[in-house]
Amino acid sequence: MKMNKKHEVTMEERYDSWPVKAYTYSMIIWGIASLLYGILISLQLVYPEWNFGEWFSYGRLRPIHTNGGAFGFGLSGIFALSYYMVPRLTKSPLFLPGIAKLNFWIYNFTIAAAVITLHLGFSTTKEYAELEWPIDLLVVIVWVLWALNMVGTILTKKVDKMYVSLWYIIATVLGVAVLYIFNNLAVPASLFKSYSLYAGVNDANVQWWYGHNAVAFVFTTPILAIFFYFFPKVTNLPLYSHRLSIVAFWSLVFMYLWTGAHHLIWTPVPDWIQTVAIAFSLMLIAPSWGSVINGYMTMGNNWEQMKTNYLAKFFIMGITFYGLQTLQGPSQAIRSISSLIHYTDWVPGHVHMGTMGWFAMTIMASFYYVIPKIYKTELYSVKLANTHFWLVFTGQIIYSISMWIAGIMQGAMWKATNPDGSLKYTFQDSITASYPYWDLRALGGVIFLAGALVFAYNIFKTIQKGSNASAKTEGAV
Amino acid sequence: MSDQQVNTLERKPVILIIVTLVVILIGSVVTALLPFFMEGMEVKIDTVRPYTALELEGRDLYMREGCNNCHTQTVRPLRDEVLRYGEFSKSGEFAYDHPFLWGSKRTGPDLARIGGKYPDSWHVQHMVDPRSIVPQSNMPSYAFMADRPLDGSTIQSKMEALRTVGVPYTDEEIAAAPATLTGKTEMDAIIAYLQVLGTMINKAPVETVTDSTAVADSTAAPADSAAVTPAEAR
Repeated sequence: MKMNKKHEVTMEERYDSWPVKAYTYSMIIWGIASLLYGILISLQLVYPEWNFGEWFSYGRLRPIHTNGGAFGFGLSGIFALSYYMVPRLTKSPLFLPGIAKLNFWIYNFTIAAAVITLHLGFSTTKEYAELEWPIDLLVVIVWVLWALNMVGTILTKKVDKMYVSLWYIIATVLGVAVLYIFNNLAVPASLFKSYSLYAGVNDANVQWWYGHNAVAFVFTTPILAIFFYFFPKVTNLPLYSHRLSIVAFWSLVFMYLWTGAHHLIWTPVPDWIQTVAIAFSLMLIAPSWGSVINGYMTMGNNWEQMKTNYLAKFFIMGITFYGLQTLQGPSQAIRSISSLIHYTDWVPGHVHMGTMGWFAMTIMASFYYVIPKIYKTELYSVKLANTHFWLVFTGQIIYSISMWIAGIMQGAMWKATNPDGSLKYTFQDSITASYPYWDLRALGGVIFLAGALVFAYNIFKTIQKGSNASAKTEGAV
Repeated sequence: MSDQQVNTLERKPVILIIVTLVVILIGSVVTALLPFFMEGMEVKIDTVRPYTALELEGRDLYMREGCNNCHTQTVRPLRDEVLRYGEFSKSGEFAYDHPFLWGSKRTGPDLARIGGKYPDSWHVQHMVDPRSIVPQSNMPSYAFMADRPLDGSTIQSKMEALRTVGVPYTDEEIAAAPATLTGKTEMDAIIAYLQVLGTMINKAPVETVTDSTAVADSTAAPADSAAVTPAEAR
């Protein structure tokens, strides 16, 4: 990673920063939108009068929140950071810069179309794959355009060895392509209506093979690529072990694909599929913690950076939430635990530790590093970045803990029986008891949104500062 | 893995791409593809039939409104679930479900056995104003469906698309479908769907009990013998 300073400057100029800059805006816009949808639907669960007619009813809005968060906010961030990382890691300019622009516009058109069609009720209902077939086709185009640039740039690399971040980018390109295509195969009945190629048990099995591996190849592999690139950069420390990162890579990409059916414990899916999924889920702890340990050991004797370097704090908390997430997830796969917490609010509590804690924290922290670099300036305010950290951290903790408590309560109330063997509570009892926790969850969401707004303000101010400075230099020339 | 092999993978992106793809596909083929060809995956139930045109339209409305975001459609083989909802779900019941609608979160109760539990009038009232029946319910109102005429204009292409993916609709059924939808509202369709949910396994001929020993035997039968009845109003 060491290189001559002068050389770095000339290389920097060869890297196209347009896609990075453009995706920064789309990430912020879709991110804020997704959070607003999230807060609205969290309130709808307690105050049903907040369902404003059919276009704004909970059942149609929830997929907008999930798709907006994963594919609007998340993919924008992943695209921006991969367009930043890959040319630098390969020391090769972007393979097709024009295609990167096209990629950006088609991508944003696709996300906008997704939001509109979901409002209109065009939904396949398959979770995280709700988009109807014409939009699926657009998604495929977006993916191919991104893949062309990623793979093309990697194939034309000017370095001898590929750093592990590039491995994870390759896995992301391939994994999402395979999963998305096979889960979305359907026969159209009209322009916005299609029927899944698969039925019943097989459809469920394919869907959760996809669903859980969307977690692998959208929420994990690209974020590990980002983590392993930016974490050593921001701490100025070499990665603890390249070998460990490679071993973790292979075991992660091998094991993840076997685990989908842990979403289908106690369903009519055959027991052997469930058992295989449970076993592989437990084994996944090893490669997941391989990355966590690699992160911790990289800090070595430099843990004082948690105090002195705000970015070390973001990344260490991010990888810590990843570690907690990958212990909690496998435990949920176990049959007895699943029977208590599955279908309850425990699960959104779990998901949001990953999305708010690991995914969003790591992506946002990377922008604090990238934006000043490409605008050749300093971050507008480290103090605001710290404020952002504590707001999103608090918001997420409130969210997850209130949902874990509510989830266990719901599971226990559903199971509770009277001495005579009859059920103790009606289903509605479990919902009524959840309302205070759902209020608390909405509060957590609002605090998280406040943190995200502080982030957006800080980024905009930094961009402004950098643009003003470069305008002045140009004026002087 | 030897250092040399690692070195090759580190230096040759094409090889890395191929190996990664193979590694991803192994688990995918075993857990997602092979089950299509395995006998135990879906046990056929003779009484399970394709949805009628009206039920199918109702199911599509269920999907349009995203009911699956709050309601599951799988009763787990657990004591409390069988007590609350009725007999646990069987693989064969979903043979014609393109897509499956099992859901993943219960903000409302499971609906796999909702069919026949309440009269149509109950459902109309509940869909229009859920809180008039369950005062503390958080379900959105679906009053707009009550008077809206059902758009059945694509029913034939829907049934043909489903036939392409394996639902055995006959030419006669498809030809007759539009007529069965005339004058129906969206509410009629979604209630028709709700009322058929989970009922198809109960159409099997009931064995006649001949003597007292048989009665004793039947009470000792396992839980999947259709002897378990849903606890009312749960």
